[in-house]
Amino acid sequence: MNKALSFINDKRVRDWIYQIAAVAFLVGLTIFFVRNASENMVKAGIASGFGFLWRTSGIEVPFVLTGYTQSDNIFSLFWVGVANTMLVTVIGIVLATLLGFVIGIARLSSHWLTSAIAGAYIEFVRNIPLLFFVLFWYFGVIAALPAPRQSIGLFGVAFLNNRGLTIPLPDSVDNLRWAALIVLASWVAYGLISVWARRRKERTGQDAPLLAIGIGLILVIPALAIAWASLATRWDVPVLRGFNYRGGFAVIPEFVALLAALVTYTAGFIAEIVRGGIESVPKGQTEAAGALGLRPGRILSLVVIPQALRVMMPPLTNQYLNVLKNSSFGAAIAYPDVVSLFMGSALNNTGQAIEIIAMTLAVYLVIGLAVSGLMNWYNARIALVTR
Amino acid sequence: MNRVSSLSLWRERLFGTPFTGFLTLVMAFGIAWVAVPLIRWSLIDATWAGTTRADCAPGGACWVFIRARFGQFMYGLYPVDQRWRVDLAGILFLLGTLSVVFAPQRLRLRLGVAMLVLLPPLGIWLLSGGLSLRYIETREWGGLMLTLFISIYASLIAIPLGILFALGRQSELRVIRLISVVFIEFWRGVPIIAVIFLASLLLPLILPGGIGIDRLARAVIGLGFVIAAYMAEAVRGGLQALPKGQREAATALGLTYWKATGLIILPQALRISLPAMTNEFIALIKNTTLVLVVSILDLLGIAQASLADPNWVGMNMEAYAFSGAIYWLICFALSRWSRHLETLGRRQNH
Repeated sequence: MNKALSFINDKRVRDWIYQIAAVAFLVGLTIFFVRNASENMVKAGIASGFGFLWRTSGIEVPFVLTGYTQSDNIFSLFWVGVANTMLVTVIGIVLATLLGFVIGIARLSSHWLTSAIAGAYIEFVRNIPLLFFVLFWYFGVIAALPAPRQSIGLFGVAFLNNRGLTIPLPDSVDNLRWAALIVLASWVAYGLISVWARRRKERTGQDAPLLAIGIGLILVIPALAIAWASLATRWDVPVLRGFNYRGGFAVIPEFVALLAALVTYTAGFIAEIVRGGIESVPKGQTEAAGALGLRPGRILSLVVIPQALRVMMPPLTNQYLNVLKNSSFGAAIAYPDVVSLFMGSALNNTGQAIEIIAMTLAVYLVIGLAVSGLMNWYNARIALVTR
Repeated sequence: MNRVSSLSLWRERLFGTPFTGFLTLVMAFGIAWVAVPLIRWSLIDATWAGTTRADCAPGGACWVFIRARFGQFMYGLYPVDQRWRVDLAGILFLLGTLSVVFAPQRLRLRLGVAMLVLLPPLGIWLLSGGLSLRYIETREWGGLMLTLFISIYASLIAIPLGILFALGRQSELRVIRLISVVFIEFWRGVPIIAVIFLASLLLPLILPGGIGIDRLARAVIGLGFVIAAYMAEAVRGGLQALPKGQREAATALGLTYWKATGLIILPQALRISLPAMTNEFIALIKNTTLVLVVSILDLLGIAQASLADPNWVGMNMEAYAFSGAIYWLICFALSRWSRHLETLGRRQNH
C-alpha cells in the first residue's frame, strides 16, 4: 500500500469522508429539485414568494371563530384554519381522554360482562380506519338526523339536527370573563396550597385536609362562579323560525361529525394505554401498601396512579399529537381546518403550492415540537429518581 | 361434573353479589338494546336475493346492493374482461409469499430476494398492461384491489427506507444521525393527508419537466415516505433491544460495518421488531383510505362513491357495513398475528 494513500485506512478520516459524501448527496438532490421546480414554475407561470398572503381571499368559510370575512386577506384565512384545527383538537382530546379512561378502567373491571364489552369496543374501533368513522358519522349518522323542525332538543336550549348543532350564545362575555378569572385563580390557589401542604408534611408529618380543600377550590368555587356568570348573562337562545333555527351559534355538522369520529376512535387507543399503565404497576405494590395500613383510596392515589401515570404519559402524548394530526381528516368532509382551507381552497385560488404547503406543515411541526418539549420536561420531572 | 362447575363459575361471575347481578342486568339490557335492532336489520329483515332496489323490503338491510356492486367493491372500474389479471397477480403474490415462508432454511434468503426482485415489476405489468397486454389506466383501478396494491407497494418503499434510517439514527457518525433524526421526526410530525396532498402537488413540480408521474404513483410514494419514518421507529426498538456486545463481538471478529449489520444485527433486530412493524403495516392499510382526497377510489372510496348512484339511493348503511367489515377482518387478523409473534418472541427469550 502506498504511504500517501494509507490515511484512507484511518477510521476518523473515513468517517469524515462518509459524512461529507452524505451531505454532498443531499445538497445535490436539493439543488436538482429546486432547479426543476423553478423551471417548471416559470413554465407554468406561477409566481413565488409570500406576497400572495396579503391579497384579498374571497373565500367564504362556513365556520369562523376569528371574525374573518371574505374581504380579508389570505393570511387571515390561514388563521381561521389554524383556529378551527385547534378547536376540534382540544375538545377532541378532552372528550377522548374522558371516554378512554372510562373504557380503560371498565376493561380492568372484575365484572366479566363490563370488561368484555369494553374489550369488544376496543377491538372494534382499533381495527377500522379513522376515515371510515368520519364518513360514517357525517353521511351515516348526522345526515340521518331529523330535519330542523323535528330537532332533538338538549335541555331546551341546544338543538341537534341534520344541519348541525345550534347552541346558545352569550350577548356579552364580560361576566363570563370574570368567571374564567375566578376559576383560574382558585385552581392556582389549590396548586399553591398543595405544594405548601406537601412541604409541611415532609417537615412535620402532618396531613392537610387536601381532599376537602381540593373539592372546594377545584369544583365548588368554579361551579358557583360559572353558574353566577351564566345567570347574570343574557343568552341568545336559538328559536325555530320557518325551516331553521335563528339566533345562537350554529356548530356545523362537519364539526360534530369530525369530533364524534375523533373521540370514538381515539378513545379506543387511550383505553389500551390506561389499561396497560395500570396493569404495569406490580400487584405487590398494592399489597405492600395495604400491609402498611393504607386505605384503598390512598393506595390508588399515592401508590398506583403516580406509577401508572409515569408509564402512560409518553404514549398518551403520542395519542394527543395524533388527534392534532388526525383533525386533518376533516378535509374529507370539507370541515374548514387548516389543511382543507389553506392547502385546499387557498392553494386552488393562488397556485402557490410550495409556500402554502410549507406554512401548513409548519403549523403541525411547531405544535408537535412544542408539545414534545413540554412532555420531555414533564417526564424528566416525574421520572423515577434512582440513586 | 365439569359442566356444573363451569356453570356455577358463570353464576358467580355474573350474579355473585347483588351489585354484580344488577350490573349484569344493566349491561345485558344495553347489549340487547343495541344488538336486537342490529340483528333484525342485518339478518332477519334483510333481503338477500334479487337484482334491483325494488326487490328490497323496507326496514331491513338491502344486501342485494352489495351483490350487484360486488365487482366494483373488489376491482373498482377495472374492465370486467381483464379482471383475471388482478386475480392472477394476487395469486402469484400469495404463492410467492407462501413459498418463501415454507422454503427450507438455506434457500429462504435467496428465494426471498428473488421474489422481491421479480414480483413487484411483474405485478405492475399484469395490472397496468403493456407488452401484449391491454393497457389499463390507474384511473380505472379501485376497490379492495387498490387498497392492497397501495399497502404492499408503499411498504416496499417504507421497509428498506425505514431500516436504513433506523440504522442511521443509531449510527456513531454525527451528521448521518442528524439527517436520520430530521427525516424521521419531520415525516412523523405531519398529517398523512397533508403528505398525500404534498406528493400529488410537489412531485410533478420537482421532477425535470416532461416526466409525467402517475397520480397513483405519487400517492404511493407519499405514503411510503411517511410510513418509512414510522417503520424506522419500529426497527429502532429492535436495534435498541440488542445487547451492545453483539456488534462489538462482530467487529472484534473483523466484520465490516455492513457485514456485521447484515449478518449479526439485522436478523436479530428485525425478529424483535416484527410485531411493531406489523402494527405499522396495519396503520398503513388504514391510512390508504386517505387517497380519497386526491380522488383515487380504494375500497372505502368506492363505497362512498357508490352512494351517489341514483338507482341505489339510501344504501349508506349497507355500503359502510360491508366495507367496514372487510377492513376490520384484515386488520384484526393482522393484529392477532402480530400479538402471536410477540408472545412467540417472548417465549424464545426466556
